[in-house]
Amino acid sequence: METVDLAKVALRELNQVLHQQKAGTNATSWEVVNPKGSHAVAVGVDAPISIDIRGSVGYYCAGMNKDATITVHGSAGPGVAENMMSGEVRIKGDASQYAGATGKGGLLVIEGNASSRCGISMKGIDIVVKGNIGHMSAFMAQSGNLVVCGDAGDALGDSIYEARLFVRGAVKSLGADCIEKEMRPEHVEILAGLLARAGITDAEPSDFKRYGSARKLYNFNIDNADAY
Amino acid sequence: MCGIVGLFLKDKSLEPQLGALLSGMLTTMCDRGPDSAGFAVYGAPSSGKAKITVQSADPGQDFDGLAELVGGAVGGEVLIARKDTHAVLTVAADKASAAREAIRTARPSIRIMGTGETIEIYKEVGYPTEVAERFSLSQMSGTHGIGHTRMATESAVTTLGAHPFSTGADECLVHNGSLSNHNNLRRELKHDGMTFETENDTEVAAAYLTWRMNQGLNLGQALEKGLDDLDGFYTFVVGTKDGFGVLRDPVACKPAVLAETDRYVAFGSEYRALVNLPGIEDAKVWEPEPATVYFWER
Repeated sequence: METVDLAKVALRELNQVLHQQKAGTNATSWEVVNPKGSHAVAVGVDAPISIDIRGSVGYYCAGMNKDATITVHGSAGPGVAENMMSGEVRIKGDASQYAGATGKGGLLVIEGNASSRCGISMKGIDIVVKGNIGHMSAFMAQSGNLVVCGDAGDALGDSIYEARLFVRGAVKSLGADCIEKEMRPEHVEILAGLLARAGITDAEPSDFKRYGSARKLYNFNIDNADAY
Repeated sequence: MCGIVGLFLKDKSLEPQLGALLSGMLTTMCDRGPDSAGFAVYGAPSSGKAKITVQSADPGQDFDGLAELVGGAVGGEVLIARKDTHAVLTVAADKASAAREAIRTARPSIRIMGTGETIEIYKEVGYPTEVAERFSLSQMSGTHGIGHTRMATESAVTTLGAHPFSTGADECLVHNGSLSNHNNLRRELKHDGMTFETENDTEVAAAYLTWRMNQGLNLGQALEKGLDDLDGFYTFVVGTKDGFGVLRDPVACKPAVLAETDRYVAFGSEYRALVNLPGIEDAKVWEPEPATVYFWER
């Protein structure tokens, strides 16, 4: 286990040493202590290593992550796991705005609540939130899965393309072109797999409703102008 | 971008440390707003007295003999405590308006930053850590305080353009964001007798709340009304003599974090601002919801 103390080591040094790790490195297990809300902790990691961050982080933690397993033992500020490519990011506390934004792959698990714009413009990432999510989540989501065990705020899935949204609790309102859809066996299977990967054992796939795109706003049609 | 902080103490034993804690929070937010900084501290009231905080670009010239001059004009004792470009005049509460007039007449170059029983306001152009140091923020004690580091957007980088804005007795407001209907609203508020010192959008928000509270609303109710009438992006932190409020607009894209323990309520634009507060590890920490008024009163 390699330990980096951000009270003693500059953030730039931490990220540099993490960037130097490549597949096959011997240093597969890392611990970061004293993050104290720092921005951009463990951004751009490109190796199958595991990183445990002991405390809360600020903006853009674990952004662009590829292959790494990053756990924040605290809360995360805006833009956590933004544009993640693969790997797994787990937030033990809450996440702020636009968690997992534009993410292309991998799994983001938020054990607390996520704030507004969770999964905005998601492009293939899977996001599982144990708690609630805020308004304008999955806005313009393009692909991937967003699973919410709690409630969703206003305008869920506004202008959504092909992402799947699974919500167990109440949805305050649906955004433009987002509708409730039938839960077919293949959706139950996808959802069960995601819950299992996220380590959530107290939620049944049958408790969830599925939401997705009505596909009316893909191409501009004057008859749909009022829906925008 | 701007950085805002606020600290409302519940535990009296923390009061001597208010300035030190607030100073720590403010200086962490330097990189969100390096143009100017300001803070308001609510100290202990002294019975029947009012404090007037003033500022001058030429304090040597403007503050020498000011207390005697104002004292003579209002017919009562006036004390002055000077701090760099600012000074706090203490007068009998019933003579506060007369004293403000006397200051304006005698020394027109002096700017009045705020008036009230407990509030003192300090703000200047410059890097926030230097501003906090110039006014010895870390030495101050009090019950609550708010602070701001400014990245100018809607108006010029001047002392008067710095936050907090105080438009009523013991009231002040700091803002991260920008308002889109401030010109119209300023015109309407002027029509109703409010006065303005700057072209700054935030001053309009402060004056709006003062105007509402003058109608008999408490801070919480005034903030509720603000949701209907203030258009734009905002996270506000507001102080009154015994109250502390937080409000975000319905879109809520400006960041905000609240923390509460048995000993205090703290606000920061980012969690970083809160990390050195006592017991923050066990505090309830959350992101304030959009269009939701948060309000504490002692």
